[in-house]
Amino acid sequence: MKRQQIYQQVAFGGLRLSTLTIISVLGLIIWFLGKEGVSALSWEFLTQAPRNGMTEGGIFPALVGTLCLTLGAIIFALPLGVFAAIYLTEYAKQGRLVRIIRLGINNLAGVPSVVFGLFGLAMFVEYLNFGPSILAGSLTLGILILPTIIRASEEALLAIPQTFREASLALGASKWHTIYKAVLPPAIPGILTGTILGIGRAAGETAPIIFTAACFYTARLPHSIFDQVMALPFHLYVLATEGTHFEKTLPLQYGTALVLLGLVLGINLIAVIIRTRLRRKIRW
Amino acid sequence: MANNTKIMVENLIFYYGNDKALEDVSMLIQENKITALIGPSGCGKSTFLRVLNRMNDLIPGTKLKGKVLIDGYDIYSNTTDVVELRKKVGMVFQKSNPFPKSIFDNVAYGPRAHGIRDKARLTNIVEESLEKAAIWDEVKDKLKQSAMELSGGQQQRLCIARALAINPEIILMDEPASALDPISTAKIEELIRVLKEKYTIVIVTHNMQQAARVSDYTGFFLLGELIEFSDTNKIFTSPQDSRTEDYITGRFG
Ligand SMILES: Nc1ncnc2c1ncn2[C@@H]1O[C@H](COP(=O)(O)OP(=O)(O)OP(=O)(O)O)[C@@H](O)[C@H]1O
Ligand SMILES: [Mg+2]
Repeated sequence: MKRQQIYQQVAFGGLRLSTLTIISVLGLIIWFLGKEGVSALSWEFLTQAPRNGMTEGGIFPALVGTLCLTLGAIIFALPLGVFAAIYLTEYAKQGRLVRIIRLGINNLAGVPSVVFGLFGLAMFVEYLNFGPSILAGSLTLGILILPTIIRASEEALLAIPQTFREASLALGASKWHTIYKAVLPPAIPGILTGTILGIGRAAGETAPIIFTAACFYTARLPHSIFDQVMALPFHLYVLATEGTHFEKTLPLQYGTALVLLGLVLGINLIAVIIRTRLRRKIRW
Repeated sequence: MANNTKIMVENLIFYYGNDKALEDVSMLIQENKITALIGPSGCGKSTFLRVLNRMNDLIPGTKLKGKVLIDGYDIYSNTTDVVELRKKVGMVFQKSNPFPKSIFDNVAYGPRAHGIRDKARLTNIVEESLEKAAIWDEVKDKLKQSAMELSGGQQQRLCIARALAINPEIILMDEPASALDPISTAKIEELIRVLKEKYTIVIVTHNMQQAARVSDYTGFFLLGELIEFSDTNKIFTSPQDSRTEDYITGRFG
């Protein structure tokens, strides 16, 4: 008894310590970025293009570029991922083939992002001749986050009780109607969770867009999906490594990082709010 | 008493994988009558019921031999449209299973699935079905509310209303009152008796009194076999098989 209590204390202590470590690391990052970057933040910083060899001015084109790329990635990956998950869980005959496909998807999730970048370069930029553009970058990022979305969607669909499917089919609904009206709606909160993770990743990745979409500098906003854009993570990388006035741009770098972080957190927050709303509405 | 056969089951054998769940079952189910299926747990009542609307199709690895005719048509022939079949053969499950949608949307689910879009018509169907299922008075002021907020007994009657809304000819009920209190049970039994006027009803029950009270015919299953099938009166007053007698008098099972 006594010994068990000691074990328990030790275990709890360990758990508490790990949680604390993670949270303090996260807190430290935010605090540090906040402290260093907040001085750079201003309305001009958010709404103006970089000036003077990018040592002054704002990040507006990069902000717009990242939004475009992320949005494009979601537009491409969300429907595709959800359809793939529906096919795998609802239609495909569960067997070896599906197991192999699942294995492939899981492996895809572990591939380093620079590999996706090279693939995007070869496939979209070169072969399909899109050139470095929003389109090529979005497709590349979309493929990158596809496994996350497929997996989350599959889990969400599998969590829907079989009784919903039976109830719907027993009412003379077709299979598609059953999936569309009885299975998908309660699965949406779970699917959104995967999407949130995907958004965070798509917005923050640098390697996949270096070759496919991002440009060093442009003050001009994109006019079509075939335009090249600046992007926040790449802009940050450029400022930190290639700037001739590295020291001078430090506040800009922190500011950019802070905006990127805020953007990702903001998008996540919106998705979380939508998800909780839906959860409250459809509960079983 | 004119007897019209609605469902004819002939030499039905049913397998889950290699396990035989039904063994050479033959049964004639009469139109506008209530047929009760009784028997100990695991004897194949639910399996038999789910054969009648091809719900077992959803379970991989099942096999069926023999014939099932509804209105003279083989429902397992290659040309059968399963969706059409299930419009004709409604089902109420043992555990009430409303969708996490509003009461209205639950009842309107079937009609919508069959392509009815007209709001007035849907409203009509919903109201009528809820009335038939004896739950209209309790929910008429909260049709927009989620069905999950109803009590268990109300949910089950809602599921009955949902099944009625597709205007079936046959209603299959798998222990519709097993999880309910006596008052809700009485309501549902009363409901079943009324529904018989328009529908052919097949009901699985573990409750002998319930079978005796509501049904016209009773079939007794044991280990996948239909041991005895006849008038409910006969089964309960002078069963032909000693195993039937043992079961209904509670000596085993
Ligand atoms: N999905 C399934 N897969 C494999 N075997 C099954 C499945 N469903 C039922 N069985 C088997 O078939 C037999 C008959 O089951 P069934 O559910 O029809 O019994 P039941 O008479 O309805 O029992 P209960 O009164 O407990 O509901 C049982 O032996 C059961 O184990
Ligand atoms: Mg059963």
